[in-house]
Amino acid sequence: MDIIKKNSAPDKTKLAHWAQKFALEHGAEDTSIVISRNRSINVDFRDDQIDKLKESTQNSLWIEIFAGGRYSTHSTNDLRQDALEKFISDAITMTKFLGEDPYQSLPDPSLYEGRPTMDLELYDAHYTTVTPEDRVARARELHDLIQGRDERLISISSGFSDSHYENTHLKSNGFEGNYESSSFSSGASVSLRGENDKKPEGWRYYGARHLNDLPAAQQIADEAFQRALDSMGQQKVKSGKMPMLLENSAAGGLFWRVLYPFTANAIQQKQSFLEGMHRKRIGSEHLTLVDNPLIVRGLGSRYYDGDGIAAKKLVLVEDGVLQNYYVDVYYGRKLGMQPTTSGSSNVTFETGKRSGAEMEADLDRGILVTGFIGGNANTTTGDFSLGVSGWLIEKGQRVQPVSEMNISGNFIELFDSLVETGNDPYTYSSLRSPSLLFDGVSFAGN
Amino acid sequence: MRIMSRRDFVKVTGTGLALTTIPGFMQKTLAGMAGGSQPHELYFQRFGVDPEIIRKVMSEALAHGGDYCDIFFQNTLSNSIRVEDNIVNSASTEVELGVGIRVLKGDQTGYSFTEDLSLNSMKAAARTAANIASGSKRVPPTELKAIKLTNHYQTNLSYEDVGVQNVVSMLKSVNDAIFQQDSRVVKAGLRYSDSENYILIANSLGEFATDYQPMIRLIAFCTAEHNGSRESNYFDYSARDDFKFLTPERLERMPKEVVARTIKLFEAQPSPAGELPVVLKAGGAGILLHEAIGHGMEADFNRIGTSIYSEKLNKKVAADFVTIVDNGTNPYTRGTINVDDEGVPSQETFLVENGILRTYLHDRISAKHYGLKPTGNGRRQSFKHNPMPRMRNTYMLNGPHTFEEIVSNVKFGIIADQFTNGQVNIGPGDFTFYVKSGALIENGKVTAPIKDVNIIGNGPKVLEEVTMVANDLELSEGGWTCGKNGQMVPVSQGMPSCLVSSITVGGRG
Repeated sequence: MDIIKKNSAPDKTKLAHWAQKFALEHGAEDTSIVISRNRSINVDFRDDQIDKLKESTQNSLWIEIFAGGRYSTHSTNDLRQDALEKFISDAITMTKFLGEDPYQSLPDPSLYEGRPTMDLELYDAHYTTVTPEDRVARARELHDLIQGRDERLISISSGFSDSHYENTHLKSNGFEGNYESSSFSSGASVSLRGENDKKPEGWRYYGARHLNDLPAAQQIADEAFQRALDSMGQQKVKSGKMPMLLENSAAGGLFWRVLYPFTANAIQQKQSFLEGMHRKRIGSEHLTLVDNPLIVRGLGSRYYDGDGIAAKKLVLVEDGVLQNYYVDVYYGRKLGMQPTTSGSSNVTFETGKRSGAEMEADLDRGILVTGFIGGNANTTTGDFSLGVSGWLIEKGQRVQPVSEMNISGNFIELFDSLVETGNDPYTYSSLRSPSLLFDGVSFAGN
Repeated sequence: MRIMSRRDFVKVTGTGLALTTIPGFMQKTLAGMAGGSQPHELYFQRFGVDPEIIRKVMSEALAHGGDYCDIFFQNTLSNSIRVEDNIVNSASTEVELGVGIRVLKGDQTGYSFTEDLSLNSMKAAARTAANIASGSKRVPPTELKAIKLTNHYQTNLSYEDVGVQNVVSMLKSVNDAIFQQDSRVVKAGLRYSDSENYILIANSLGEFATDYQPMIRLIAFCTAEHNGSRESNYFDYSARDDFKFLTPERLERMPKEVVARTIKLFEAQPSPAGELPVVLKAGGAGILLHEAIGHGMEADFNRIGTSIYSEKLNKKVAADFVTIVDNGTNPYTRGTINVDDEGVPSQETFLVENGILRTYLHDRISAKHYGLKPTGNGRRQSFKHNPMPRMRNTYMLNGPHTFEEIVSNVKFGIIADQFTNGQVNIGPGDFTFYVKSGALIENGKVTAPIKDVNIIGNGPKVLEEVTMVANDLELSEGGWTCGKNGQMVPVSQGMPSCLVSSITVGGRG
């Protein structure tokens, strides 16, 4: 516990215990309380001057109330004790008007046991050393690294932000957790003058728990500028089935859509195309997905989940076969399934031998997808249709920048067509996908 | 309906703009004082301030010579109730209270907020925001005058007075009716939410305004099974209104719509792919305008020249019969506001008039840049955010054609009738919208249903391709929420039925 407490202010723990005691004395049978505080500072720099400076501190108390088989949740940012007394009393009164739900109760305390003792390094001690001048200097540096590179530049925006988050979680049947985390974000967007009044744009933003894990300013500036250049002259190409090489940083735009179908919630509500697929094949042998909350400094890393379940690795898919779902306590009870965890932390992929660039050089004809725009997926059937942009690749060369195209299909067919995974997992996201090569994806263009 | 990826602190850029009807789930409340529209004094009381206190805070905000400052007080009380598996399995309430302080120097912004409304805390926040400027002190106004507003959402009943039992019994009867529609229905769900937003905004021009902004939303979900396959769909309502919005007629329509929309999907085929003529059915199809032109007309992009519309003002962009407005005054409509979040009264703004591009959507910063009056589009998600130019209710006015003429004109194409979400990149102008359901048109006749297809086009090109517009304008009653730079605001949109002669349709064919 000491590891994760660090500078947590003790008064949040005290306030949580007070609120729990007050609620239990005023008609609640059980409670789960989260008190959090988030301090964040944000600098936006644009066209040679500070565009916006923003500072904020937010507090919140979130209480789940279990009373007479009934359940409700309540949140407030007014943490004065007298305001909280009225807030909690009203919340308990309201709960009593609701219907009974036999599945709503606190988790079995045995699920709390075995919390990891390793240091996940969610908090960076550098956080307190960043000065207002540093933030402006970092944002300005990105801007200055891009300025003057091209006469077609219309506008350069850059930004730096950092935040500090503290969280105390208390459940009335014996769960208590405290942690704090930091985050830093840095990036730039670039607009260029293109043809036909088009303003091709490119951007690159990175986030990390530790300041020194952000890429160097030069890299961020180069990538943002290059992405704007890459979108010059984008156009659609002919419709057809082609290989799709999915860039590692873009893959999250596809995979977050399949997280919900992996949940007990989706299965119990009959909204998951993965229902009934336990121990069955849902993709090629290259598809291995593991939920890993224990990655040091990982963006989705945690010691315990929202149900208080101690964090551990969970194999979702192994060699194309579905092994586990995200089973939270409530929907697990409804389905008669043992809880695993209430939702995703970091999702990791099997990694292969080659980088995205090497896979690209070997591609005879296909589309490199570097970004998604819009679209949606039907979680019940697994059908999807998504806007994409990127490059047409021929004989390993980027021959035409493309946009205004769609990919459509079904996730199971898509996963089955996964032929290679790269060695380059993207670590600036909780979806840590490497570059992925799919064979035979339906692209719609002209 | 979905789990967001855990990227909460990775900055969302100004160029990826999203619109969706599927909720970022809403929470809401009890607590507090008497509800409803109130005299000004009660707003000052609610926040524990008076003009003298506001003057003191402004004095700090202008301590370094800012050109302008505003102080935005907000108290939001919200409730939500969820029905699943035939019972209310969750209810939530939320209380938010705070003040945001903004200082402008030229087009630069200093912003800070506090949840603690004590004078000392507000003064500290004001000093932080003041740092955007670096000159000598300016004097705040000596008095505050109320801005005259028209009320576009007259309400009689506060949500606090409705009573959770009444909401629960309404939800139960809608839930039962969904199952009674069709024996193939295997799951139904309802999400009800309401909120009451009280705002008081004062600025260094010596003006203040108050507003009471109610909102209600009800979403029905349904899953059905048929011959071994399964489909889900949803139907929703939202309005800036009190509980009276949920009339018996609307409540009777909801179960029928959600079930019909779900059952229809069993017959649907994947859409053909490629460039095709697309008929958009009146109503939610206004999502095309929101993405294809609305965002690109927000003046924050244009004042820095990064929108595809930056050089097109007063130029012909569409056929003579195309007129597109962004209107904040439609009675009881989700995107309607009496006053925007910088104290400018709402209005109707013409984006396109008879095919000519007319007016950008302005906040105070862009209006000053262009030497114009703001258009009442300065909106923000809450006191925790700075205002930006945002849409309200965006729609096209009626045209000269009829729906039947439009359909009979299409040899091979699709007709789209249910829309869920869209997105745009404002620089290149590429935009998308997702069609949940529609049908093929073959030789002028609507034939087989289709489903789940994304449509992608380029804003100015697609405006030119709008070749027929019918006379059946409908404003959507759905719960549209627009996201920009990480800030969500409620909007609506509308459209008469129209023909887009050619646009890229996703699909597998």
